[in-house]
Amino acid sequence: MSSPADEPKLYGRRAFLGVSALGLSSLFWGKSAWDAVNGAVTPLRDALPAGLVPSGWRIYTISGHMPTFQRATWRLRIEGLVEKPTSLSYADLLKLPRAEQVSTFHCVTGWTVKNVHWAGVRFRDLLAVAQPGIEGTVLQFISAEVPYTDTLTLRQAELHDAMLAYEMNGQPLKREHGAPVRVVIPEMYGYKNVKWVERIVVTDQVTPGYWEQNGYDVDAWVGRSNGYTS
Amino acid sequence: MATRAERPLYVRRFSRTERTLHWVHASAFFVLLASGLVLYVPRLSELVGRRPLMKDIHFDTGLAWMAAIALVILLGDRRGLRQTLRELDAFDRDDRLWLRRIPRPQGRFNAGQKLNAALTASFALLFAVSGLLLWYGERDNRFRFASTILLHDGLMYVSILVVLGHLYLALIYPSTRHALRGMATGNVRRDWAWEHHRKWLEGQQPPSA
Repeated sequence: MSSPADEPKLYGRRAFLGVSALGLSSLFWGKSAWDAVNGAVTPLRDALPAGLVPSGWRIYTISGHMPTFQRATWRLRIEGLVEKPTSLSYADLLKLPRAEQVSTFHCVTGWTVKNVHWAGVRFRDLLAVAQPGIEGTVLQFISAEVPYTDTLTLRQAELHDAMLAYEMNGQPLKREHGAPVRVVIPEMYGYKNVKWVERIVVTDQVTPGYWEQNGYDVDAWVGRSNGYTS
Repeated sequence: MATRAERPLYVRRFSRTERTLHWVHASAFFVLLASGLVLYVPRLSELVGRRPLMKDIHFDTGLAWMAAIALVILLGDRRGLRQTLRELDAFDRDDRLWLRRIPRPQGRFNAGQKLNAALTASFALLFAVSGLLLWYGERDNRFRFASTILLHDGLMYVSILVVLGHLYLALIYPSTRHALRGMATGNVRRDWAWEHHRKWLEGQQPPSA
């Protein structure tokens, strides 16, 4: 005779359905739950050797090879609607007024890196060298990673914490982060933060950038664009 | 009349369909893991580069994996698979005791293997859903959720732990690693099966009887 306790229990399907339901529902609560516990795991992550645990950054590139920075030959050109088209060497750039900030980097795909320490040049100081004309209202950033480009309006570029950064966390910008210079604009998602900038064209109209041609919003305000509403 | 001494040394544990499913899933998993890590770990991303190619490999392997699983189920021994599914689903009293670390005779799958199968199936589903959402989300805002990437990453971390445990039992741990022969050839030694899966062996028809 078999008692109810001897009857097989269908735990297999329960485990499958339970884990699947938990996983699917996490699409709606995962990020807030992670943000809540993230502070608790940060010390743990810091204790492990760097490079072993992903730092939170993901390196997105659109071409087969990352551009290589040659310090001696590298030039940043500023041209377009400017009084003085300019070509700056790396040393020239470092001589411009230096700005520093700690800000949070948000990627449109959902990951975030907090407390990134940037150093670089504010766009106002950078542009002062080339002197944009009155009709120049937009900056187009052209990356050495062809064909990546993006634009910011002058007003956006002059936000208090936007800059052209050459240092990250106390070190010269690494290759994968856009060496030697990248755009930093924390209010906008990462795809507006163009890496490997080698040319800035001052213009009077916004041209859709690389990702914008693929459907992303031109104004990429964190939390208020690209389908996000919070 | 077969005597005990004449009994074949080996018994058949896994059908061709079951083995094909296992190896299709395993190979796709490792290609997806390797290409995924190149996309995910900054140091590897820089070392390997070629992100567009890696992205294509990752995405296309995901599609090929789903198609291959569907194909094996369509063309394989579906009746056998349904029977396997019933075995994996049901946890009898012995299974439940075994999970509480009380040694009890086990069927063709022990309770841990049954749980592993359930977990693997739900992870496959969740990987596929979150992966497709990441891909669509890059093209259409309506499919973009802030948590998709967290789910995909979380599954990756847990999977690595589960796979390491699985590899340890299948390749290293002396008393269980014979199971790998079963997954490779279909057959396992009778005395090993008697030790680890006694109830299954007892339920089998004696050969040539």
